[in-house]
Amino acid sequence: MNWPRALLTDSGGFQMVSLLHLADITEEGVTFQSPVDGKPMLLTPEDSIQIQNKIGADIIMALDDVVKTTTTGPRVEEAMYRTLRWIDRCIAAHSRPHEQNLFGIVQGGLDPQLRDICLEGLVARNLPGYAIGGLAGGEGKDAFWRVVAQCTAGLPEDKPRYVMGIGFPLDIVVCTALGADMYDCVYPTRTARFGSALVSEGVLRLTHAAMATDYRPLDSSCTCMVCKRYTRAYLHTLVTKEAMGSQLVSYHNISHMMQLSRNLHSSILEGRFPEFVQSFLQKQFPKGDVPDWVCNAMDVAGIDISMCRIPQSA
Amino acid sequence: MEFTVRACSGHGRVGSLRLASGLEFETPSLLMITRRGLPVVIPPEMLMDLHPDSRACQFTPMHFLEDPLAAVVAKAGGVHKLASLTGFAMVAVARDSLGNEIAGEEASNLGASFETSSGRRIVGLEKYMEVVNACKPDLWVSLPDEVPHWVPEKRNRESVDHTSQWLDHCLSLQHAEHGNRCLGVVVGAGSLEERARSAEQAATRNVAGFSLAGFGLGEDVAQRGFHLEVAIAKLPNDKLRHVCGLGSPEEVLQAVGAGIDLLDSTYPYMLTKECLAMTFPLKMEVPLRNADRDMQPTPDHGVASGFSLAKVNLRSATYGIDETPLVTGCKCYTCKRHTKVYINQLLNSNETLAQTLLEIHNTYHYLEFFKAIRESIKADKFHEFRTWFTSQRVFGMTYDVSESFVA
Repeated sequence: MNWPRALLTDSGGFQMVSLLHLADITEEGVTFQSPVDGKPMLLTPEDSIQIQNKIGADIIMALDDVVKTTTTGPRVEEAMYRTLRWIDRCIAAHSRPHEQNLFGIVQGGLDPQLRDICLEGLVARNLPGYAIGGLAGGEGKDAFWRVVAQCTAGLPEDKPRYVMGIGFPLDIVVCTALGADMYDCVYPTRTARFGSALVSEGVLRLTHAAMATDYRPLDSSCTCMVCKRYTRAYLHTLVTKEAMGSQLVSYHNISHMMQLSRNLHSSILEGRFPEFVQSFLQKQFPKGDVPDWVCNAMDVAGIDISMCRIPQSA
Repeated sequence: MEFTVRACSGHGRVGSLRLASGLEFETPSLLMITRRGLPVVIPPEMLMDLHPDSRACQFTPMHFLEDPLAAVVAKAGGVHKLASLTGFAMVAVARDSLGNEIAGEEASNLGASFETSSGRRIVGLEKYMEVVNACKPDLWVSLPDEVPHWVPEKRNRESVDHTSQWLDHCLSLQHAEHGNRCLGVVVGAGSLEERARSAEQAATRNVAGFSLAGFGLGEDVAQRGFHLEVAIAKLPNDKLRHVCGLGSPEEVLQAVGAGIDLLDSTYPYMLTKECLAMTFPLKMEVPLRNADRDMQPTPDHGVASGFSLAKVNLRSATYGIDETPLVTGCKCYTCKRHTKVYINQLLNSNETLAQTLLEIHNTYHYLEFFKAIRESIKADKFHEFRTWFTSQRVFGMTYDVSESFVA
């Protein structure tokens, strides 16, 4: 790749959930039907770690037994315990522990007791970092933030916490307030390909007819190459019609997310994180209609957002 | 705008073109393809540094009829500002090399039919010039009534008449402050007499140069040569000549050999779409054997392994372990950073980055080809260069010049 910066590889575990109709999960590993030729493929924890060792990323993920967040019943418990057994197999198979950081993934669905057991088990293995998995799969926001809060409270203070599959700016701000550090998501680039740009006020749908005569840049506060050079009116004609439209909006959306990360980071360092959160929420919810789940989460996080619930004057 | 012929080799010539904006080019020159003003897959901010000569683009006014509207371009201050390509030459060519099919349909006195984002429609003079004036191109071709060589005589005559009338009409509608930037179209399709007549008429107009149309539509290669010759013989020597529809290396060589100065070509992009990298040698001194791999051509001409001296099929499994760049020694962004194995991997994972990397290389390589052409003209060795190039394309087998090039 000729990429001199940090790299993280996933284990292949997520495909278990997204391709579930192809998978057969046993104690040994996961059997997929290869999307290329239909032949059965078995992925064991050992296989996953070996492949990740060869790819050589800085952070590698354990193979976990992932279930859909909407699953209920004994399958959730089975998956959590199996994840703990598999982490030991991953640790044993890891041949480059001094060069590559193996992160464990906390599972347990939406059940606080299962999550607790998993947290305890993973923390005891003294891994270099931890992911909070099994979320971002269609669960309600109220359940989502509570699981994140429980996990960040139970994970060591001095190790990274990575919430997998999170990418909406609002979700990232909330999870950061609750003590998480890392996120990954296809959302910024996927939404770009469908013609939506991420801006401070929320999401700008470039396909909307009104964009045809809007000569402003995507986001007035963005300094990326796209915002410096192109107008909404022009991008409106490119999105969903030219590959370049996807490229340019993807570029902006990624810049936007990186700027958000920088802002979160520097506002915390400079002791003005609550102010940043307040200003973020006021831009996203000028009518003061901050969702309840955000308010509850900020309560637990200790951030006062009462002023964000008052409508902004025009 | 100033155009000066600097060197000749046969009818081929090297010229220096200085645009009103101050940009200078050496011709023969390649115009890179754009859609709605931007390159198809190359990030616009990478275009400036892609190659020392990557400064000139073609664009199609028909992309600015609705979507975006000419008004949007005008509000931006022209196509350079709209697409943020200030510092580039933007040349308006009516024929859309990527999408348009010239069918020889009936045209009225008011306009010809073109492919647009809302389907095929007649584009009239007023509309065409509204778009051209809004775009403020560095050079623009007059509205053509372009027909293929198989149309009946009557239709062909009509296309010559239309084209000539429309040239005058376009000139009367051009914005005076933009100066003399028109390339008058010359048509004539299947008849050498009509071709000569069209050229004679255009030659008397007050234009910056000429655009030869009606080529690249399946015509016989030798016939094409006669048409180019006949048309150019009627055109003043000291004005620019552009041709549209000719883009492959052999077509470029034929056109340059006849005296053409500017070409827009989709050849690099056509290769990219087929996952091919352009690899033909550019220097007469390089031996026929591939310097990279020292391989003899196989009896199947490398079809199984995707190997050929001219193109490399990056999808082939052969490249799954080939850690060399697309062309060893190539100084393009792609070859300086990446290997065949990486691009092979990207293609097999259906990643669009593969197209971007390939297009960057293919464009660079083609610009180098044009540079080699200019060097050969300056050394008065164009004919030798053309003969060498066309012969090495088929592994030293005798190459019959009358065969059309098949990509």
